[in-house]
Amino acid sequence: MSKVWRYGDHIDTDVIIPARYLNIADFEELAEHAMEDIDTSFAPNVKDQDIIVAGRNFGCGSSREHAPIVLQKKGIKCIIADSFARIFYRNAINIGLPVLEIGKEVEKIEAGDELDVDVFSGEIKIVNKGITIHTNPLPEFVQKIADAGGLINYVKGEH
Amino acid sequence: MGMTMTQKILAKHSGRDSVDVGDLIISQVDLLLANDITGPPAIDEFNKIGKPVFDKDKIALVPDHFSPCKDIKSAEMCKHLRDFARKHEITNYFEVGRMGIEHALLPDAGLIAPGEIIIGADSHTCTYGALNALGTGVGQTDVGAAMASGTTWFKVPKAIKVVLTGKKPRFVQGKDIILTIIGEIGVDGARYQSLEFCGDGIAELTMADRFTICNMAIEAGGKNGIFPVDEKTIAFLKERGVVRPWTAVEPDEDAEYDRVLNIQLDKLVPIVSYPHLPENTHPAAESNHIVIDQSVIGSCTNGRLEDLAQAAEVLKGHKVHPHVRCIIIPATQEIYKKAMALGYIDTFIDAGAAVSTPTCGPCLGGYMGILAHGERAISTTNRNFRGRMGHVDSEVYLASPYTAAASAVLGYIADPGEVLK
Repeated sequence: MSKVWRYGDHIDTDVIIPARYLNIADFEELAEHAMEDIDTSFAPNVKDQDIIVAGRNFGCGSSREHAPIVLQKKGIKCIIADSFARIFYRNAINIGLPVLEIGKEVEKIEAGDELDVDVFSGEIKIVNKGITIHTNPLPEFVQKIADAGGLINYVKGEH
Repeated sequence: MGMTMTQKILAKHSGRDSVDVGDLIISQVDLLLANDITGPPAIDEFNKIGKPVFDKDKIALVPDHFSPCKDIKSAEMCKHLRDFARKHEITNYFEVGRMGIEHALLPDAGLIAPGEIIIGADSHTCTYGALNALGTGVGQTDVGAAMASGTTWFKVPKAIKVVLTGKKPRFVQGKDIILTIIGEIGVDGARYQSLEFCGDGIAELTMADRFTICNMAIEAGGKNGIFPVDEKTIAFLKERGVVRPWTAVEPDEDAEYDRVLNIQLDKLVPIVSYPHLPENTHPAAESNHIVIDQSVIGSCTNGRLEDLAQAAEVLKGHKVHPHVRCIIIPATQEIYKKAMALGYIDTFIDAGAAVSTPTCGPCLGGYMGILAHGERAISTTNRNFRGRMGHVDSEVYLASPYTAAASAVLGYIADPGEVLK
């Protein structure tokens, strides 16, 4: 079961991981600053398999892949949003962090809800509310990258 | 169904006659880009693949973000980039002293031509659309993988047609045009889409205007922005020594657009984007004396010679307000040198501004002009997110070089017409 961390619209990569820390090459160390400028309670309290749920345009701004990486390093199982900024979306896929774009259905999910998510079928159960949201599964090509554990493994397997 | 400029470039690079919106394609790339922040992890990903680089002439590595290195950690990252460049004999590695801000540098170095695809591990790679190329930002894993394969994956985007008509007024430049567009459609208004520019107003725009406009396509969520080729484009390419064959790309008459935006340049005014989103646009003239602590003029958005000329025009014979730090950063060494020859640097220093060697530094809150708690900057950079230029409780207002320079003189956010009558 996964606990929900709930955020609003236009969460940009500068708040997901501020550029002032990008001289830190060690991603585990960097991850201690995840979400710091918007939610100081996130990094110390997030648990393995927790889920981030957000509004429109999650991950807008910089192309820094450090943003999905630090969330993955903190144990985030997947990110569910109304919509994603495109570079963040492809970066997440490329590192094997599932991202589900579900439009306005996202409004049914609140902070602290408990979710059971099947990222491949796209089925999201809000356990404490007894609600199930059906969304589109990941496109086949994207699923292949996810299955391989990310783009690098996918490219290695291909050649 | 006809294709947009972006769709045509994608079709050609994926070996197809045509592509449709939503198609997932594997595409050849003509140039890869990474910097001192994204390059080192891209190299680490590349090394996992265990193959040679696909083409040492088609990889550009530019240490510009925390460089000249601000501390030991950034020095280690730059060393990682440099060592890789030497080991693989990367042709287009740009060392400090010869380097510039990547998106001003690469077009000036003749590395971009119409119809080409450039992917960069930097979101402002979309700048190259000014030259009728498809430039788009990706992550470091994408670049690492493409260093080995010379290819990447794309989803074919929808498009917004932006029709520019008329002539821009005296103090309006590319920055005001793109901020106006972002204000109108919002920071996700072009999400996953290409911004395709057309209309008779294009002829009125300088290349610098077009670079600035395409540079901020990402701030509307766009995959890219792209202009058609005209005489100014051709003159730029000639001046920059682009001799390899290239083909201009034009949209089909029956190309499909998700929406059409009409921008009448005559009606535009100098614009300022208030914190903390680029879409929070207001006319500079209506800013009601918002007091500033700092004015930054530079970056991949507005650090070109023409931008410095506009700042110099405002600062000539004026002084930076006693309470303001004005920091001016030419985007490349060549621009710096030309600005010196034209007397702009003298004007800046005489006005009481600091002038720096090329770096992205302050734009991303790296160094060279970080804001303290509660401080406020006007800046010609591209993002005003919370904490972008320093303390989480500082503020960034985005504007053109005219507006940033005028505000530096007056000590508050103002329309350039307040200083230059």
